[in-house]
Amino acid sequence: MKRWSLRRKATVGIIASFILQVLPLPVMLGWFRPSFAVLAVIYWSLTAPGFGGVGLGFLVGLALDAYLGVVLGQHALATALVAYIAIRQHLIIRNKPIFEQTLYVGGLLLLWESVIWAINGWTGHAIGSWLRLLPVITGTLLWPFLIDWLGSDPARSRR
Amino acid sequence: MNNRDVSRNFPTRGAPAGLHFIGYALVAVGLMYLDQRGGWLDSLRYGLQAAAYPVELALNSPGAAWQWTRELFVERETLQSENLRLRNEIQLLQQQALRRQSLERENAQLRQLTRPAVDVVERWLPAQVISTESNRQRQRLTIDRGAINGVEERQTVVAGPGLLGQTLRVGPWSSEIILITDPEHAVPVEILRTGVRTLAVGTGQLNQLDLPFLPLQTDIEKDDVLVTSGLGGVFPAGYPVAVVTEVRRDGGSPLARVDAKVLAEVDRHRVVSLLWFRSDHPAAPSDPRARRGGDPAAKALAVTAQPDPPQPAARPAEPAARPAEPAP
Repeated sequence: MKRWSLRRKATVGIIASFILQVLPLPVMLGWFRPSFAVLAVIYWSLTAPGFGGVGLGFLVGLALDAYLGVVLGQHALATALVAYIAIRQHLIIRNKPIFEQTLYVGGLLLLWESVIWAINGWTGHAIGSWLRLLPVITGTLLWPFLIDWLGSDPARSRR
Repeated sequence: MNNRDVSRNFPTRGAPAGLHFIGYALVAVGLMYLDQRGGWLDSLRYGLQAAAYPVELALNSPGAAWQWTRELFVERETLQSENLRLRNEIQLLQQQALRRQSLERENAQLRQLTRPAVDVVERWLPAQVISTESNRQRQRLTIDRGAINGVEERQTVVAGPGLLGQTLRVGPWSSEIILITDPEHAVPVEILRTGVRTLAVGTGQLNQLDLPFLPLQTDIEKDDVLVTSGLGGVFPAGYPVAVVTEVRRDGGSPLARVDAKVLAEVDRHRVVSLLWFRSDHPAAPSDPRARRGGDPAAKALAVTAQPDPPQPAARPAEPAARPAEPAP
């Protein structure tokens, strides 16, 4: 029973984060919107690496590609990479103090944005300006609140 | 590799994460390659666009509902004043149309055309904007018309007083429009006053265009109007695009830096118009791929509408060609 409810929690969380990521926002607000879906993938990869594994990142990324209408595989690759690193390091990262953990997550978000950015460049699309680093910053700042809200071990300390 | 790194709560898969990642990465790179080269995934994209449409509608429904409620509670006076304004506008447009008809006839006589002068627009179709994407990398719209309405790729889209963009990807019920302000988009334009031709490139900012290819000595001033030049094979000639807002000539660069403001109100218009053109018209876009007659019903309509020259500029598409209104 416990396992099922955790799985449901994770699934709902991932879907909700996807909606938050693509929900239409006013232009100015949209610049600051953190990559919610990536944050959710990182969160579940760190706290429950058995839930979806790298495939979860790949699927979430592919859904983003399909919805945004960009090159198929772009977000899928970036998100799978981030999920992989998070899963590889999850025992290290999740036992760090919250400040270090936040830095770690910031690094992952930056990596994600860089991969998207690089693929934009390689496929001949517009690469944008420095403003695209704003979501990395807001996403990093959001992490401590996310951990505070959901707990660093959702299996043990469920609300 | 790290088989012991498993959560207590979930059963782990057989293969280690590293192998998983390599597999997924290869799939992703393969997808990207196929998508970039030769359009191998066109049918897949068509399906994905169809699948994304209901999601898009659902995600945009709060905004649409808010708009609807606001319209519900509009004051009577507001409506009356708007009505009056619209009536005045119609009168003005009718006057201009009268003058234009005589001008067109005169023009045809001057050019000694045997064919009656008809408008370059063969038919048009209104479409509702269901979602917008506006950032430095992408300026896109999604509209509620697609392949079943006869929409094609690279079709001209106008909104209000000017050119808005062109259709980029057409799904069954929806299409993606790339705006002229998208940084990946450039419109071939002509300065109306002087006839100088250049390209107007999108900036990624709302309503802003950039004219990066004009030499310092070009005769261009603030408030010059830019119209489409008809080159490039997508847009017909003579459609208003933008007004020049700033011209900077600093000695350091051999090029003038010109900013222009788009005439179509991209953020304000919830309804845009898709245009089909007569391919035999002199102002029509020259590329055969872009000059298409639309569906057979529209062609029949065009043939019957041909003989009398002073027809209104465009007529709405036949009801038969219109779909049932999708729920907002």
